[in-house]
Amino acid sequence: MTALRPAPAPGTAGARRPGPVRLLWLLVVVGVLAALAAASIAVGSRGVGWSDVLAALGGSSDDLGQAAVTKRIPRTVLAVLVGAALGLSGAVMQGVTRNPLADPGVLGINSGASLAVVAGLAWFGLFSAASIIWTAIAGAAVSTVFVYAVGALGRGGPTPLKLALAGAATAAALTSFITAIALPRGDLSVSIQSWEVGGVGGATSATITPVLPFLAVGLVVSLLSARSLNSLALGDDLAAGLGERVALARGLAAAGSVLLCGAATAVAGPIGFVGLVVPHLCRLLVGVDHRWLLPFTALTGACLLVGADVLGRIVARPSEIDVGIVTALVGAPFFIALVRRQRMREL
Amino acid sequence: MTAGLVPPSSAVDAVARGRLRRASRRRLVVAVLAGLVVAAFCVTLMIGRTVYPPGDVFRVVLGQDVPGATFTVGRLRLPRAVLAVVAGLGFGLAGVTFQTMLRNPLASPDVIGISAGASAAAVIAIVFLGLSGTAVSVTSIVAALGVALLVYTLASTGGVAGTRLILIGIGVAAMSRSVVSYVLSKAGTWDFAEALRWLTGSLNGTTWEATLPAVVALLVFGPVLLAQTRDLAALQLGDDTASALGTRVERTRLVAIVAAVGLIAFVTAACGPIAFVSFLAGPIAARVVGPNGSLLVPAALVGALLVLVADLVGQFALDTRFPVGVVTGVLGAPYLVYLIVRTNRAGGSL
Repeated sequence: MTALRPAPAPGTAGARRPGPVRLLWLLVVVGVLAALAAASIAVGSRGVGWSDVLAALGGSSDDLGQAAVTKRIPRTVLAVLVGAALGLSGAVMQGVTRNPLADPGVLGINSGASLAVVAGLAWFGLFSAASIIWTAIAGAAVSTVFVYAVGALGRGGPTPLKLALAGAATAAALTSFITAIALPRGDLSVSIQSWEVGGVGGATSATITPVLPFLAVGLVVSLLSARSLNSLALGDDLAAGLGERVALARGLAAAGSVLLCGAATAVAGPIGFVGLVVPHLCRLLVGVDHRWLLPFTALTGACLLVGADVLGRIVARPSEIDVGIVTALVGAPFFIALVRRQRMREL
Repeated sequence: MTAGLVPPSSAVDAVARGRLRRASRRRLVVAVLAGLVVAAFCVTLMIGRTVYPPGDVFRVVLGQDVPGATFTVGRLRLPRAVLAVVAGLGFGLAGVTFQTMLRNPLASPDVIGISAGASAAAVIAIVFLGLSGTAVSVTSIVAALGVALLVYTLASTGGVAGTRLILIGIGVAAMSRSVVSYVLSKAGTWDFAEALRWLTGSLNGTTWEATLPAVVALLVFGPVLLAQTRDLAALQLGDDTASALGTRVERTRLVAIVAAVGLIAFVTAACGPIAFVSFLAGPIAARVVGPNGSLLVPAALVGALLVLVADLVGQFALDTRFPVGVVTGVLGAPYLVYLIVRTNRAGGSL
């Protein structure tokens, strides 16, 4: 009888972690996030003492330091939200396409959302927060379908490399169009320009509130799809055999992912590579079970983005670097390392 | 017996006629392209806020003093037009060299990150090291060679170039662009125009000082590349066949890479990485010339024509003045997507 239960292959030993280890990691990640958020509130081009920070958190804004802290709070909140959204969105996307290179930035989905927003601003006067979010989500959805269609052409369907190449080319094309549309509009170019790189600076509660419902829906849909992503990871045939309605499950998960990255892009601009790096990192920590993986990617994504934002403020004092630049500097080598891997393991 | 071995004279004639016809088509295309480049060059010199007649422009170019025109044409428009031609020739030559050598139209220096690397180095040299002129060009050629080596080594460990090399190059390009953005924001000169020069390329504000190193580079590296024409064509048949035909494969590859990267670096240091010119020039040249021998000269001419026309369009066709790189980007990027669609449909090697 023992023959029916083979010992796990050496490579898969890490795939299933015991519960306590995962709980431990959960605590660690939450702790790191709290520490980074605290740093994000305290660190900036103006140094602020801890007493001022505490006073400002208590709601007072009497001196300059406290005022600075008050301005940093929404920024930190936004970084947490956008990071979580992008990390989760990347994980779901990698699960849906079973492609380790999937990421809202690599697949050109962020650029699609950006182009839609820039076109909406420049041509259709869509300035209200809600309309910006809707156009971003529509742009994200259209570019997702387009990139998937291009990558799936030809022999072998959407292989990881084909999808990545289609995405990168689409992103390049869309970025050119964004520049061409934004450039003539001097009135808009300042806001578009900082937004185009991807940043969380200048966030206020007024910019965050409208996007919250979208993020919440995306979060719920994505987290609920964890179980079906686990089935899909076995391959379409097996998943169908397990009673999964493959097309429906895939469509729902993809919708959640597009919703998340569209909303994140609408409020913070296209930020690349977060959705690529975070899921791989989390798989090392908690294994491949999506029910654990997805919440972890949200937390780790938040950590990464808050950390990148703090880093961008430290290294460029007295000015600051947009998070989009920092994440690209960190994420691109990671992307290269993934591409280099000999036989890319399909997820 | 002999009838089977010696082909009938009519067939020999047909082959000879075909060869002649193709050679003359190639000559015709090259002549037409050269004529178009000269025409676009002259138009660039003539038009602007003030339009000068060809006679005035010609006298200025010859060095005579024409009131008004000497400054406008000689100091403002001539460097710009010369740099446009030189940049186009350089990007076209280098691009088609890479595409031929790696046997993949996607493997042009601007797609695989070499131009972006040169641009990042130029920005670092200007902002952090305080360099100018030729020193900037030298820094960016060193960096561009480094980037080429890096992409090649990272991609070649698997033995499979192709898509892997291109994706790695795209990663390197993304990183280089964020370095450019970082340096510019660190320098506090984060204005859109300056950023665009180093991200997509621009000819605005071209001076003779910036143009001269690029001209010298073209005069040095251009002939080196043209001398490799035959060997590059042999490389296209694969390394084994090429060495059987008497090509020294490694040497040819090394010389071609150094010369092409040198061209890219010097031109990029002058006007930034003008988007997609080196990517577009080769395929367009192949389309107009047909399968008639080397593409080096036609691609260089197509590159020059692209830059000149895109600059004219960017300056005068629309209400806003677009930097040349934005125009070529809008033209080139959809072609990139189209090329991938076509490759995928044909069942490319992925």
